[in-house]
Amino acid sequence: MRIKLLYFASLREALGTASEALEIPDAITTVDGLREHLRGRGPDWDRALGSGGAVRVALDQTIAGPDSPIHDGAEVAFFPPVTGG
Amino acid sequence: MIVRVQREDFDVGGELAGLRARNPQVGAVAAFVGSVRDLNDGRRVARMMLEHYPGMTEKAIAGICREAGERWDLCDTLVIHRFGELEPGDQIVLVAVSSAHRAAAFAACEFIMDYVKTRAPLWKKETGAQGERWVEARDSDDQAAARW
Repeated sequence: MRIKLLYFASLREALGTASEALEIPDAITTVDGLREHLRGRGPDWDRALGSGGAVRVALDQTIAGPDSPIHDGAEVAFFPPVTGG
Repeated sequence: MIVRVQREDFDVGGELAGLRARNPQVGAVAAFVGSVRDLNDGRRVARMMLEHYPGMTEKAIAGICREAGERWDLCDTLVIHRFGELEPGDQIVLVAVSSAHRAAAFAACEFIMDYVKTRAPLWKKETGAQGERWVEARDSDDQAAARW
């Protein structure tokens, strides 16, 4: 399954990347599964996406929950709590 | 419904006049303008950078305006939110609501603003004498949004 990943604000800086296309194993079926997969990339990823930090996830530009199902071609974005207005 | 997420500044007077001119049923227009302060959490702010999620930011704000239209009897809603480099005194956001009577316009304007602050994907980074820092989300904003 191929997906598009986006990172914003402090998360983008902590991870050193704004976007990437990624082929993920079929075993990953949910937003939380994807997050766990990405945490395994190294200490920076583990820290930035770990349960200690407040991380929001959007799936296809709509706020998603941990159990939201990932599909082929999905756009998944990770970001901190919003501070606009 | 008008939603614009843009780098450019906006003309509040012109936007509000446009909102009235489009509909003779309008008896009330309530508006909120947010601007960059030079002091935040006790720190001097020299510059502010606003980052957004192109596409989702517009969608999220449009969804908030739709919800306002379901809760109150409104004529129209307008939200303009800026992104990019801003300085103290610069306008950041305009929320304007038109309706037949003032109560709906006042309430919907505050509702939209509370929801934009807590649900639209935008992030502020401040630069001052003490360097750069990402502004942290405030509990008071979540509490304000939870009232609705």
